[in-house]
Amino acid sequence: MISFLLRRLGSGLLTLAVASVVVFAVLEILPGDPARLMLGLNATEDAVQALRVEMGLDQGFLVRYFHWIGGLLSLDFGRSYTYSVPVLDLITERAAVSLPLALISLALSTAIAIPVGVFAAARRGRTADTFAMAASQFGVAVPNFWFALLLVYVFAVWLRLVPAGGFPGWHAGLWPALKALILPAVALALPQAAILARVTRSALVEVLGEDFIRTARAKGLPQKTVLWRHALRNAMLPVLTILGLQFAFLLAGTIIIENVFYLPGLGRLIFQAINQRDLIVVESVVMLLVATIIVINLLVDLSYAIVDPRLRVRA
Amino acid sequence: MNDRPAPPPEKGFFAKAFANRSFVAGFIITALVAAMALLSFFWTPYDVTKLIIADRMQPPSATHIFGTDQFGRDMLSMIMVGARNSIAVALVAVGIGMGIGVPLGCWAAARGGFVDDALMRFNDIVFAFPALLSAIMITAIFGPGAVNAIIAIGIFNIPVFARVARAGALAIWPREYILAARAAGKGGALITVEHILPNIANLLLVQGTIQFALGILAEAGLSYVGLGAQPPMPSWGRMLFDAQTRMVVAPYLAIVPGMAIVITVLGLNLIGDGISDTLDPKLRRRR
Repeated sequence: MISFLLRRLGSGLLTLAVASVVVFAVLEILPGDPARLMLGLNATEDAVQALRVEMGLDQGFLVRYFHWIGGLLSLDFGRSYTYSVPVLDLITERAAVSLPLALISLALSTAIAIPVGVFAAARRGRTADTFAMAASQFGVAVPNFWFALLLVYVFAVWLRLVPAGGFPGWHAGLWPALKALILPAVALALPQAAILARVTRSALVEVLGEDFIRTARAKGLPQKTVLWRHALRNAMLPVLTILGLQFAFLLAGTIIIENVFYLPGLGRLIFQAINQRDLIVVESVVMLLVATIIVINLLVDLSYAIVDPRLRVRA
Repeated sequence: MNDRPAPPPEKGFFAKAFANRSFVAGFIITALVAAMALLSFFWTPYDVTKLIIADRMQPPSATHIFGTDQFGRDMLSMIMVGARNSIAVALVAVGIGMGIGVPLGCWAAARGGFVDDALMRFNDIVFAFPALLSAIMITAIFGPGAVNAIIAIGIFNIPVFARVARAGALAIWPREYILAARAAGKGGALITVEHILPNIANLLLVQGTIQFALGILAEAGLSYVGLGAQPPMPSWGRMLFDAQTRMVVAPYLAIVPGMAIVITVLGLNLIGDGISDTLDPKLRRRR
């Protein structure tokens, strides 16, 4: 078990290290000199050069790379060129919108998908199953930003129940803040729920055909216990895999959804930072997202070992 | 002499597929969308490059069945030309993914050892980057446009196909007919082409339809944020972006392109479901 943990941790760290080089190198080739962009077209060559030195842009690739990594590790992410505030402050401020948004959507998607998947698998082949799967087929095909537009039209423009966009900030109170996040969360969650429901159903259908389920039924266990306790637990592996992938997808999906709802989150920050060539912000946010995804994948892999002891030896 | 009657010829793959309801439904939808895109090369109800401000934002009617946009362009014509863009981007992106990913996956399966390890690590790294985020970065570096959208989406199809091809090939390699082929002195490359590829073609076909559908969604997302096809080239995502601020007065502007995306993606997913049901009724798509 320990060697499995160490090996998995080692490969996670390696992936992280290579990913950091990739992020840094990719942004190196981004056209446009940040110093020139900051000072505008009328700046003199001397002024641009002075700023380049100040920003450390005159140093070599490796020096700047290690400087950046060292900073990340000591939580000193540098200063944003355009916002003139420490990147860390910017990230914490924006993450306070994106993280709750991603978590609410994940919770919503799980809360919808697992019951629907279990329900459909239990009634496999019957009308309810056909209907649920047709609905999920539709859900998979809906682009989340379009669904978001429709939600805005119905719930914000037409029924006037929630704001159409913007975020009042958590200091405005829990309810107003949550109200601003409801539509984006639903828009992100629904297509994900459709995928998750299909995965849950197919995993469960497979498990329900196995001998231990027949044994459980033969023992006279009620259908509910068989389904939720015996079958679902054994169908969790693919469901967990997809859940892990979905969290990554949700984090990235916020880029577009935050643009639809004008939410000041990480997605919008990264989008604006790319447009303004605020490299230090782009690098840090991308690295943060990538690191989060690698850590989540690591946790998912480790959770396999908890759910299914047979996997502790392999993998 | 062999005088037993010959066994009935096994029904071909497509004959079986056409007996599957999902496949037929998906096939009809996809064929219609493709036909609409092809037709747009020769004929559209109105010229999409002509702006007629006097006709702007007309609701659906007999003359413009889907209405007109903020520049007076016919929405149906825009949808037809937009279909061309969506299909081209997604199709070429699948081509890139298959063209590079499948040989890599087959190579890893054939060689094993270091090659295999290196490839899987490379896959892990690409998978750690959310595709959409990277697509935005790529289009930011090379500039927005349909070609860069294709490259951005295509790059992220590579590890997907590499993974599917490798898994499929690994399942075939231990079979006896492969052993026989090796005993006959065939090398890894020849065995892959003659025996492995035909046996994993179906798997790749199913993954191809999935990635095609995802490509259409990704292209719509990129052009919605302004990084896909550039105006005046109509694209479904861009049409949705333009519709957003005018939705209160003209909701049909947002409904029509959205439905076009949903129907196209639905058609492709139904084809994928149909094929995988046909290949192996036990194998349900896990997605």
